[in-house]
Amino acid sequence: MAAAVASKPMTFGEGGSAFAFVVLAFLCTIITAKAYTPEYAFHASLFAIGSAAAAFTIFNRYFDRPAEPAPLVIDGKPNYNMGPVKFATVAAMFWGIAGFTVGIYAALELAFPALNFDLPWLSFGRIRPLHTSAVIFAFGGNVLIATSFYVVQRTCRARLVGDIAPWFVVLGYNFFILIAGTGYLLGITQSKEYAEPEWYADLWLTVVWVAYFLVFLGTIMRRKEPHIYVANWFYLAFILTIAVLHLGNNAAIPVSVFSPKSYIVWAGVQDAMVQWWYGHNAVGFFLTAGFLAIMYYFIPKRADRPVYSYRLSIIHFWALIFLYIWAGPHHLHYTALPDWAQTLGMTFSIILWMPSWGGMINGLMTLSGAWDKLRTDPVLRMMVVSVAFYGMATFEGPLMSVKAVNSLSHYTDWTIGHVHSGALGWVGYVSFGAIYCLVPWLWNRQLYSLKLVNWHFWISTIGIVLYITAMWVSGILQGLMWRAYTSLGFLEYSFIETVEAMHPFYVIRAMGGVLFLIGALLMVWNLWQTVNAGKPESAVAPKLVPAE
Amino acid sequence: MSLWQKHAIFEKNSIVLVIGVLIVIAIGGLVEIAPLFYLKSTIEKVEGVRPYTPLELAGRNIYVREGCYNCHSQMIRALRDEVERYGHYSLAAESMYDRPFQWGSKRTGPDLARIGGKYSDEWHRDHLREPKSVVPGTVMPAYPWLAATDLDFDHIDDDMKVNAALGVPYTPAMIASAKADLKTQASADPDAADLVKRYPKVLARDFDGNAARITEADALIAYLQSLGTLVDFKLYDDKANIR
Repeated sequence: MAAAVASKPMTFGEGGSAFAFVVLAFLCTIITAKAYTPEYAFHASLFAIGSAAAAFTIFNRYFDRPAEPAPLVIDGKPNYNMGPVKFATVAAMFWGIAGFTVGIYAALELAFPALNFDLPWLSFGRIRPLHTSAVIFAFGGNVLIATSFYVVQRTCRARLVGDIAPWFVVLGYNFFILIAGTGYLLGITQSKEYAEPEWYADLWLTVVWVAYFLVFLGTIMRRKEPHIYVANWFYLAFILTIAVLHLGNNAAIPVSVFSPKSYIVWAGVQDAMVQWWYGHNAVGFFLTAGFLAIMYYFIPKRADRPVYSYRLSIIHFWALIFLYIWAGPHHLHYTALPDWAQTLGMTFSIILWMPSWGGMINGLMTLSGAWDKLRTDPVLRMMVVSVAFYGMATFEGPLMSVKAVNSLSHYTDWTIGHVHSGALGWVGYVSFGAIYCLVPWLWNRQLYSLKLVNWHFWISTIGIVLYITAMWVSGILQGLMWRAYTSLGFLEYSFIETVEAMHPFYVIRAMGGVLFLIGALLMVWNLWQTVNAGKPESAVAPKLVPAE
Repeated sequence: MSLWQKHAIFEKNSIVLVIGVLIVIAIGGLVEIAPLFYLKSTIEKVEGVRPYTPLELAGRNIYVREGCYNCHSQMIRALRDEVERYGHYSLAAESMYDRPFQWGSKRTGPDLARIGGKYSDEWHRDHLREPKSVVPGTVMPAYPWLAATDLDFDHIDDDMKVNAALGVPYTPAMIASAKADLKTQASADPDAADLVKRYPKVLARDFDGNAARITEADALIAYLQSLGTLVDFKLYDDKANIR
């Protein structure tokens, strides 16, 4: 044993991270013992157990691994590191199913409030953040990590930087999800929309995110190609901007290191502005820039056509990231936020329509000369329809940011419908398309069934249409009822009458969600069969190319 | 060399790309956020807004814990129907001590910015225990555990210290007497002269109808009953603060 150790020095990364995890496990054990609340003690113990397991795994891996680090190149080809990509892909599907299911439950609670069961951890106020975080950060986040680690390696023709670091990013990120999600159920929340996790989860995510940035940037620096591919610009902007937003919006002082509670350093109107600067750009950079990177890699790959316009992608990139940042105040129209800020937010939101559609055109026109593939390839169809949904949502967004429209739509379900046309249609479909591409590539298998993809596509499309139309009707209906006056000049409806009018639409919305979930379950089955029973890719007959 | 070719500097140098991105995304945020901290017109000049009492602060933390913001706004917009339904439009000054702000973004339930004093404590008690008992068509979940759970206020003075460090005008005297003030405000027959001196307009009574205990319902109802009651709009001059 000693000889083996002597001939195999521990790397700085192994020693350093194992040491850090041991220290963290020790500190978290102390915090567990002295925590102010049992919920926080539970979280601290999870941190302690997780850290101990990480240290153990690092040592275990060290004893088992060969003395030499993994080669960067084998037989002149880059030795890609796809383990973390595989893990994040599986995690994305797991969290996706979980997040959609919780979403349906939350929708049903609004239609049938008895489902709250008078239990704290099942009440809508705790379930709804669980749904939003599970779909945005758990499903979407894992899709982004998986695809970004895949795309950056392939387009740079280089192995991921770091040995432990990529695994730390993937596992650390999913640990953050676990802490955030269990925290909501236990009542640990900052109650800032889409930034609910408390200070210690935020600190942990900061460390993970810095590692993510360094791995991604380091891999770009290692590239064998002179140019950085356009998808990587978008991934890089997403990673950087989310870091800035996360730090700005979550600046908080904990009551004590033994307390889960913290107070945000911003207050009132300033906190509102910082929150929606964050909130809108979580949409702009997490759910848009990151997934546009997916569009710029997977659609050209799948269609086997180059990106439509290089110049359009340059304009798209810089205009999008410059303009998005300004749009936050449109969430605060007619509020106590000063008018000048509201007007700026509305103006830039409308201008934002242009780069959004520029990007949509760039994605759609990439199919020039390959439109026939939409008939035969449901995976490509899913991605193309996702870009169409992107176009629809980014038209509706600027419309709703106009103050006169917003006075009707704000506080209603119209906003919820708008978000879901982007989330289910754009983010969901482009993710599904990318994963349908990725799994066969990663496991070197043929996709089990294109027919099932077709079923997935149609079932979930009907689901999305039910969802969006139900929310349009309920949102506009409720907005109009709130402002309806009788001929004598009195408000026509009490608030509760407008709540009761929502019931049928809440039922339809939940049905739409169920269809979307059924589609996703078909996908899981399809992918499971691909990995476990699919034909190896090499067994496929070589593709015949017609003579020119 | 055309302008397009100049873009190669971003494509061939990752650090230049990183710096470029950081500069481009910084501008909008700086222009929209930074002035809110130095423009005096951002927060109206108004009499009456004071920090939360220890009991109200504890109640607010329960409001935060349960995620009430998911369905209730605390921001009355300057629109005719909202002002008629809920009262005077909300001022920035009214949430100047709110960490985090709870303006909300969705009204599955009504706005709560001026809910204080609109209903009796008994109504709130019944409504939290079983919302359908007072509003038959409601979709709000029931919160029966609030009245059954003792309020944990062992560290409420630490909470106030953090708020004070962030600029909320809690005096050392307020922090020193935090726990006593909390008990006084929630007791059935309070001698509240000192409390009123520290926190003008404070409502002191047994909010949850159970004099033997100080429960989470005490704190939450005390918070709800204080919402929107601090500014006297008979004296407030709208015109002076038009921005």
